[in-house]
Amino acid sequence: MNYLTIIFTAMLASNFVLVKFLGICPFLGVSKNVKSAFGMGIAVTFVMTITCLITYPIYTMILVPLGVEYLEIIVFIFVIASLVQIIEIIIKKISKPLYNAMGVYLPLITTNCAVLGVAEICIAGDIVVDLLGAVTYGLFGGLGFTLAMIMMSGMREKLDTLSLPKPLEGFPVSMLLACFMAMAFNIFVGISF
Amino acid sequence: MKNKVKDLALDGVLRQNPTLKLVLGTCPTLALTTAAMNGVGMGLAVTFVLMCSNVIISSLRNIIPSRVRIPAYILIIATFVTIVRMFLNKFAPTIATAMGPYLPLIVVNCIILGRAEAFASKNPVLDSMFDGIFMGLGFMLAITLMGAFREILGAGAIFGVKLWDFKIEFFTHASGALFTYAIFIALFTYFSGLYSKKSKQKTLQKDKKEVEA
Repeated sequence: MNYLTIIFTAMLASNFVLVKFLGICPFLGVSKNVKSAFGMGIAVTFVMTITCLITYPIYTMILVPLGVEYLEIIVFIFVIASLVQIIEIIIKKISKPLYNAMGVYLPLITTNCAVLGVAEICIAGDIVVDLLGAVTYGLFGGLGFTLAMIMMSGMREKLDTLSLPKPLEGFPVSMLLACFMAMAFNIFVGISF
Repeated sequence: MKNKVKDLALDGVLRQNPTLKLVLGTCPTLALTTAAMNGVGMGLAVTFVLMCSNVIISSLRNIIPSRVRIPAYILIIATFVTIVRMFLNKFAPTIATAMGPYLPLIVVNCIILGRAEAFASKNPVLDSMFDGIFMGLGFMLAITLMGAFREILGAGAIFGVKLWDFKIEFFTHASGALFTYAIFIALFTYFSGLYSKKSKQKTLQKDKKEVEA
């Protein structure tokens, strides 16, 4: 696949949150104001990009030649957990404002499905075939996640003023909102370059 | 002991149902409920991992230092997920392919880490085992029901057996998954609200009678 198609697929046509349902917990749970949704989105994008940059070579250059592909889950989750820890320490040292904006979300990211998901999709081989493709996929997948988070949080701010039937309050109504957003994202399916 | 098991069973399957009440582990719930069979496969895989990880974490609960407990839990869970994956690849490759990337993603399923943190790290081994089994069964029940609902409406079939030609393709799409999940949670909340109202009235009447007597 060429890079333009990878960008388009990762961000819109198979959006991580609305089509693949990866990272849906922060999408439904955390996002109540636009600013924090943006911070969370950028932090996830950052970790996803670096995860792809590191896990893809580990898989193709170490695990496959040694014939120990079955260790992939353990290795990946270990890499992601340490990566998140390292990034947190570095950001804390380098930039205080950036840490204040992103720091609170970082520990949550280890268990974000989107991060482990992107590593798994990259090595599956049907979309991504080389390292540059993997990094592109991670970066734009993360941006797609950010886009969905911001759209959702913008709508959830308005939800508080509505009066709803009691059983629909909370999760069900945000899922219905997400349902309409997923319908809208359906128009991107099938476009290729 | 018997009462406790019954209590844990009711908690896992109904009162604290991980999918419909706690809304945990939403990724596989939404992505894999296109067919009822996927629900059974995913449910069994999660139940096995949950039971094993609960047992191990509970037996190590006094040894693992609390500062490194999350990485330790994740490594324990990842080991069992790897075992399940190897087993499925060997004996049920069709199910393994149907699950795709969602099989390794059991590692970061919030139900498992949530139960490790909330239950297994504080309770004895046997209780944790039962908690794992029943929470897993509650998850399996919920996603199998949702899978059946979507399969009947979206493909006119159940467990792969064709029923009729009528189908609404909306339910096979991503948006259909979100719609189905929303409806299921809303119905569950509605009926559990009715039930708790009823049981409250019952106890009130009982109290009244006792007072009158």
